[in-house]
Amino acid sequence: ASITVREALNTAMDEELARDEKVILMGEEVGAYDGAYKISKGLHAKYGDERVQDTPITEYGFAGIAVGAAFAGMRPIVEFMTWNFAMQAIDHIVNSAGKTAYMAGGTIGVPIVFRGANGAAAGVAAQHSQCFAAWYSSVPGLKVVAPWDATDARGLLKAAVRDPNPVVILENEILYGESFEVDDAVLDKDFTLPIGKADVVVEGSDVTLVSFGKCVGYCVKAAEQLAADGISAEVINLRTIRPLDRDTILESVSKTHRLVTVEEGWPQSGVGSEILAAVVESDAFDQLDAPPERITGVDIPMPYAKSLEEMSLPQIADVVDAVHRVTARTL
Amino acid sequence: LAQELTFPITPFKCHLTDGPQVEEMTTTGAELLEFFKLAVHYRRLELVAESAYKQQLIRGFCHLHIGQEAIPIGMEAAISKADSVITAYRCHTLLKARGASDVEILAELLGREAGCSRGKGGSMHMYGPEFYGGNGIVGAQIPIGAGLALAHKHANAKAADDAKRIAVALCGDGAVPQGQVHEAFNMAALWKLPVIFCVEDNQFGMGTSVSRSNANTEFYTIGHGVIPGVQVDAMDPLAVKAAFQWARQATIDNGPTILQLKTYRYRGHSMSDPGTSYRTRDEVKEVQKSRDVIEGIRARVIDAGIADAAELKAIEKDIRKTVEAALEEAKASSELPASELITDIYVDKESQKGFVRGVSLDKSWVL
Repeated sequence: ASITVREALNTAMDEELARDEKVILMGEEVGAYDGAYKISKGLHAKYGDERVQDTPITEYGFAGIAVGAAFAGMRPIVEFMTWNFAMQAIDHIVNSAGKTAYMAGGTIGVPIVFRGANGAAAGVAAQHSQCFAAWYSSVPGLKVVAPWDATDARGLLKAAVRDPNPVVILENEILYGESFEVDDAVLDKDFTLPIGKADVVVEGSDVTLVSFGKCVGYCVKAAEQLAADGISAEVINLRTIRPLDRDTILESVSKTHRLVTVEEGWPQSGVGSEILAAVVESDAFDQLDAPPERITGVDIPMPYAKSLEEMSLPQIADVVDAVHRVTARTL
Repeated sequence: LAQELTFPITPFKCHLTDGPQVEEMTTTGAELLEFFKLAVHYRRLELVAESAYKQQLIRGFCHLHIGQEAIPIGMEAAISKADSVITAYRCHTLLKARGASDVEILAELLGREAGCSRGKGGSMHMYGPEFYGGNGIVGAQIPIGAGLALAHKHANAKAADDAKRIAVALCGDGAVPQGQVHEAFNMAALWKLPVIFCVEDNQFGMGTSVSRSNANTEFYTIGHGVIPGVQVDAMDPLAVKAAFQWARQATIDNGPTILQLKTYRYRGHSMSDPGTSYRTRDEVKEVQKSRDVIEGIRARVIDAGIADAAELKAIEKDIRKTVEAALEEAKASSELPASELITDIYVDKESQKGFVRGVSLDKSWVL
């Protein structure tokens, strides 16, 4: 079957709301409006105010309320219209959700999901186009996942709702409407993906491309172009950014001896920085035949104009070029 | 002890409600004596913590509740143990009132294994039976408390009247101007959450007096024109009890209520603050002389002939011994082993598996 990421997220929430009455959905416009991006379409009509709760535009407050409900055993899914607005709520995500299990010596769990659109959207400029992967993935106590395709979206969201710990889901607005083929197994109401496990989307032998979210698609397309040039690229879809699947990355790099990371987020202290650090400080360093490269968003606030916006973000050609550089070089 | 006694209480100031329609509270000799023991015990616990801090057995921040004991006493006399409570960082005696032991609290302060959070939370992050902190972020406990109430609201819909639960969320006067407090007020009122929002108005947020940080210091009126509020003389446990009895039912029936609990903090904000630069020593002495919780109950107990001064002194001596023994027990509790460093990051064992980075790669863990 072929379904959109939007349908994948929608059916995942529908099934989890049906499975467990402790699951509730909260957020701006999730109810009567059917979701700002229609991810929650039909859920309010089906489950009512008790389970699908519209909130005022007050992220700090409703994130805190959701955390309190999770303390008391509910399993809230908090939708942030976009992660940009969650900066008002980051205190509750980090301090209240992420740290309580540890501070309480394991006596209080926080089974909560924070989800919403992350990263660059189209034509909305600096305040609405930003990747938070590096921010949240730096916090112990949180789990951070970033789905790419419809399989990821269903499997990771359903796993997140069933996880007894706080999970941040970084979705991508531009992918919501994109369709992907899925196996029948993916449509099973108990389908989940393991949080913490990366997926090797394309197997290859000459270079490892590591990415998450929308950029995984770029890497897959880049791998197709590179194959025409006789270069075999392995593409790793991280799926989870914390806990990072170091084993899969290190194993792949030890096989291909070359590494390129691809993300839309800023370069400094980015996810790519972390992956490079993980590789160069491990035994896999000795396996490298060329210095690894990072492909990232440009180190600027996002501009509005289309021409400038395009220049601010990695394109498939940037990935292809980087692979040519790292495969041309030998140590 | 079964003798019934009636005392006048300071009139409540009410906003959008008639409030607790009581001008006096009837109690028994037994309850009054119990209040005395609790007040003495809560204060002794904090005094022992204070001296342990001065001996450098306790690190970091340590916020004492001395002077404010009527609040946990009156609150617990009125609410159910099944109700949920969350407060800010001045949390020790509220946890004690919820049912934690002296050893659990003191061992937590000492950072030992017997602590209620096994030494991982410390003074500001204590948890216990239906007690959700101990929250070190000013204001954060108000939306979280509203969230506890949201969970209760779901369960209450199917519960018998006597099984309905509420949440109590306490903050200090310094938290009142926080944005998230008002965001939570709005949603709690909108969704009729069964929560009592309490402002422990001890007159100072750190060293800033209420009138220097709040445009409106009548905190019982801050509920957006829709949440009923009551101002309470929170130096009198009977007044606090009456207020919570009223508020508990009001919040089950109608949604959130606000209690402004007027109290006074004798000590500084925390251990590093002598508490004298922003108020006079005379001001503190005057409150101690005229409104002290323990002395107030002592006078009532003696006047009513429930016990004499010598008997009360003996009780105080016993409690002192009990708490000091608890400190010794806490001191005997072991320090946490290094293996504990990386437990409880996640709440379940399965999630604990994997890689935890240490200060260097070779000091990392693979579980």
